[in-house]
Amino acid sequence: MTYNDKVVRQFVIATVIWGIVGMLVGVLIAAQLWLPQLNFDIPWLTYGRLRPLHTNAVIFAFGGSGLIGTSLYVVQRTCHVRLISDKLASSVFWGWQAVIVAAAVTLPMGWTQGKEYAELEWPIDILITLVWVAYAVLFFGTIVKRRVSHIYVANWFYGAFILTIALLHIVNNLSLPVAIDKSYPIYSGAVDAMVQWWYGHNAVGFFLTAGFLGMMYYFVPKQAEGPVYSYRLSIVHFWALIAIYMWAGPHHLHYTALPNWLQSIGMVFSLILLAPSWGGMINGIMTLSGAWHKLRTDPVLKFMIVALSFYGMSTFEGPMMSIKTVNALSHYTDWTVGHVHSGALGWVAMMTIGSLYCLIPRLIGEKKMYSIKAIDIHFWTSTIGVVMYITSMWVAGVMQGLMWRAFNEDGTLTYSFIESLVATNPYYIVRLLGGLLFLSGMFFMAWNTWKTLGSKEMTPIPASEPADWGEHA
Amino acid sequence: MLTSFWHWYVIIITVATILACFWLLRWTKGVSNRDEEGGGTGTTGHVWDEDLVELNNPLPRWWLQLFYITIAFAFIYLALFGGLGNIGGVLGWTQEGQYETEMKTASEAQEAIFARYRQMDNESLITDADANATGQRLFANSCAMCHGSDARGARSFPNLTDSDWLYGDGFDTVMQTISNGRAGVMPVMVAGLDDSAIAELVVYVQSLSGSQINADMAAKGKKNFDILCVACHGADGSGNQALGAPRLNDDIWLYGGEPETITKTITEGRNGNMPAHKDLLSEDRRRLIAAYVLSLSK
Repeated sequence: MTYNDKVVRQFVIATVIWGIVGMLVGVLIAAQLWLPQLNFDIPWLTYGRLRPLHTNAVIFAFGGSGLIGTSLYVVQRTCHVRLISDKLASSVFWGWQAVIVAAAVTLPMGWTQGKEYAELEWPIDILITLVWVAYAVLFFGTIVKRRVSHIYVANWFYGAFILTIALLHIVNNLSLPVAIDKSYPIYSGAVDAMVQWWYGHNAVGFFLTAGFLGMMYYFVPKQAEGPVYSYRLSIVHFWALIAIYMWAGPHHLHYTALPNWLQSIGMVFSLILLAPSWGGMINGIMTLSGAWHKLRTDPVLKFMIVALSFYGMSTFEGPMMSIKTVNALSHYTDWTVGHVHSGALGWVAMMTIGSLYCLIPRLIGEKKMYSIKAIDIHFWTSTIGVVMYITSMWVAGVMQGLMWRAFNEDGTLTYSFIESLVATNPYYIVRLLGGLLFLSGMFFMAWNTWKTLGSKEMTPIPASEPADWGEHA
Repeated sequence: MLTSFWHWYVIIITVATILACFWLLRWTKGVSNRDEEGGGTGTTGHVWDEDLVELNNPLPRWWLQLFYITIAFAFIYLALFGGLGNIGGVLGWTQEGQYETEMKTASEAQEAIFARYRQMDNESLITDADANATGQRLFANSCAMCHGSDARGARSFPNLTDSDWLYGDGFDTVMQTISNGRAGVMPVMVAGLDDSAIAELVVYVQSLSGSQINADMAAKGKKNFDILCVACHGADGSGNQALGAPRLNDDIWLYGGEPETITKTITEGRNGNMPAHKDLLSEDRRRLIAAYVLSLSK
């Protein structure tokens, strides 16, 4: 029996390509905030249409391809079996690419449900549902056929991610279609807002956190060649994380028409979420603890440790921002944008990049990428890029919050809105440069991936035999 | 208010979920006995993919304490600020209450300032420097998005700094505009005219403000103007402030004076809308804005 690495390779290449595309769109809209003329008066290039294209591309095209690809790699290795069906695997790949292309066409055309991270209209939503069910069957079917009794921790997280995204996607997108490009949600008013942010926050929790923790739990010990720090900690933080995340959505709607009791509950659960989130960081960092010396020579591990650090930082920042008094300052400012990107670039992208640098050479039976030097350059462009991005947005966000709330003794606002935009402009330039740096690193990755995999034939890798204890599975 | 069912539903699942976290932390003490399964290797004994193994280190104490603290905080916060269904917090805090308190504090603090302006008559308000400073800030907050931060307007938004007034420059008239808004409707009156007749009408309208253009066409256009437009805009095109009909015999244009724009105005009509502000701004503030606006053209 051999592993199905063809679908993994396809997803890996898609991840790199969509990463470049998604970040390129991000850089363009960052430039538009600095210089609005850069939409060239072309409707398809306006900020309002490209912003959802950017978020969908980096989350679902780059992140999604990375998650699906690595999960299919990991589930085979840790279950010691081939995926249950090659045809199903292929249809998941092409189905997911079809979703991405449909998004890339319809979003610039202005098709949108107007729900953040759920902009895609109903025909695409139906396609996503079908692909996702196929993916779930493929993943869980492979788990069922495993040749070891115990399910490895990475698969718990991937599994929670797959199940919950299905639930979130279906509930939040329930709507009545009125045309091919238009539908109305079945919810209205505050209920609609609450359903949307229950979805929105758990998209962060299960897509961008649980899924990537699954990735972390396989690739960090693999690359560090050391044991996972604590099985017990993984149990506690897994169950606590998936139980508590579900409750945190209302913190996106502080000081709105949402009832007071619901805002309170959203806030306290967001604070409880701190410890379960950090459980994953501790387990990751402590897994690396026997391998600190390798950080000097292995930039792949550097990607992973920095990713875990940003994960710890943004999961601390999140609960803090959910406190009402902090939120009253930070909400609607660029602080939120900075927070999201410390998670999205610092954690999600850097963990994906590190994991792919670990995975790619293994597809052809090797352990190292073509160029370690290129990985090192990529590491520094990414790290400096993220730091420039989030520090500029922190300063800009706090400044905006303070300017918007300042008022004179006669009750008038001290600053008109346009004054806060003018004051933010220099920070938008710094953010743009940070984004450009991060994007530039992706080109090194594309080149390195090409050089590593490029012309080489993939020989099927035989499934490894499970250890003794697994035989009575 | 939640119904009694949902009230209890919220309380039960909220408390149960938080307590479940506490139970989970206590329960994992029992997991420690799996340490022995690895046969003295210190691992759980499971191996995946050749070399993936797990240690079973205890939960870091500081992390455990952090978890307990957040659980305790949750119960304390819910007790103080409410959150368990309809049970309000001990402190009686609500966001509506916070809003009302802050607004009350602010209006008390501002009372002294506005009391002075309230005693002043309209004319002295227009020339008072402090009143105009506040009026300008109110204008920047509430009016500048349409009329511009310099009040010079934009296409379809009137310039407030010149002496051309759609409804008149009386203080009460401007107050009326700010308080109740205005609907500036230009109806389509030319349904029966063909393209050349409309073109002639446009030329005549242009000629009213002194443009030197085809006198023949203007003369033909005047005939239709005298039938269709005269009722609102007047025989000499000087407009009618009682209706808000713009003066046409100056070179100030609300929507634009190019032939294409005038044609569009005539053939499709216009619907200008100044929104009412009496529910958004107190009378004191509306007076200050009116005074500031009038000060700009004095």
